[in-house]
Amino acid sequence: MYQAKKEPGPPGSLSQGGGEIRGQVPQLEGYRSVSTRGEVSMYKEDHDHEAHASIQDEREFTYYAKRTEAIQSLLIEKGMITADEVRRAVEDMDSRTPALGARVVARAWVDPTFKARLLSDAKAAVAELGIDTSPLSVLVAVENTEKVHHMVVCTLCSCYPRSILGLPPDWYKSLNYRARAVVDPRGVLREFGLELDPEVEVRVLDSTADMRYLVIPARPPGTEGLSEEELAKLVTRDSMIGVAKARTPDKG
Amino acid sequence: MPKFKPGDRVRIRVGSPPGHFRTPTYIQGKIGTIWTLYGAFRNPESLAYGGDGLPAQFLYCVCFDQTQVWEKYAGSSQDKLLIDIYEHWLEPV
Repeated sequence: MYQAKKEPGPPGSLSQGGGEIRGQVPQLEGYRSVSTRGEVSMYKEDHDHEAHASIQDEREFTYYAKRTEAIQSLLIEKGMITADEVRRAVEDMDSRTPALGARVVARAWVDPTFKARLLSDAKAAVAELGIDTSPLSVLVAVENTEKVHHMVVCTLCSCYPRSILGLPPDWYKSLNYRARAVVDPRGVLREFGLELDPEVEVRVLDSTADMRYLVIPARPPGTEGLSEEELAKLVTRDSMIGVAKARTPDKG
Repeated sequence: MPKFKPGDRVRIRVGSPPGHFRTPTYIQGKIGTIWTLYGAFRNPESLAYGGDGLPAQFLYCVCFDQTQVWEKYAGSSQDKLLIDIYEHWLEPV
């Protein structure tokens, strides 16, 4: 019945559990790819298509992959969900990227009344921009300033505002980040290349419950003449998690 | 009615009930201050096992001074840790 070989993901996560079908994804030239066994290979720009072996699905199913597959198959078999619903859920999740959050932040930078609404009821404010917020439980926006710096972690798992930032980066889910962000936030930020003055108050948000947090990074200096679209390009994923500042127009 | 309001000092209960709970062990026993009341939410300890999550629990954001949480905290004394905790894990100080 359900034949597709799927990438394993954490249990209960349709968006990750039903990932792409490896081995059928065309490799782009010059594309840095992580093979199914985890080693990283670099395809040369001028590589000969005859030179490498055909791409195969080599991954052995892990325990959780098998479990996800089994539960999904059972639910489909019992008519509780359809394969198309699973596919659509994955497709919807994959369509969400940090560009959505960046639009929200850029609007907050140019419109103080929107920023006020974002800080008081983030989900409603995000919906104003036509972004579908239905998967979100509660969204809370916090603002980084010269005096206060917020960063977000989920020490228990990997809670993340996926509806507006897409899937979390691997490091966000790592035990290393989750354990150390609460104990030594300044050290972690330093490793990300962000050295904060001792006078800046660091607030670590451990999202243990129904809240999902969006950090509004400080608007960089020298951006007064930029349009909202240009500003949005300065707002990176990491700046909305709070491990970096927004980009500056000159330095990138 | 919520038991606590912003500014109240609370201690996080210590416990490892069987099954799923969402109060990190590193914060158990520590004293913090109510930062925000978020409202009432279904209890994840019941939801995790197919329960209805009722009665709903008040959920608070609790603020801790980092230097009070970690003995050898390396940052500044004004640094904070903000954690979302359900009311049944809080006791008044």
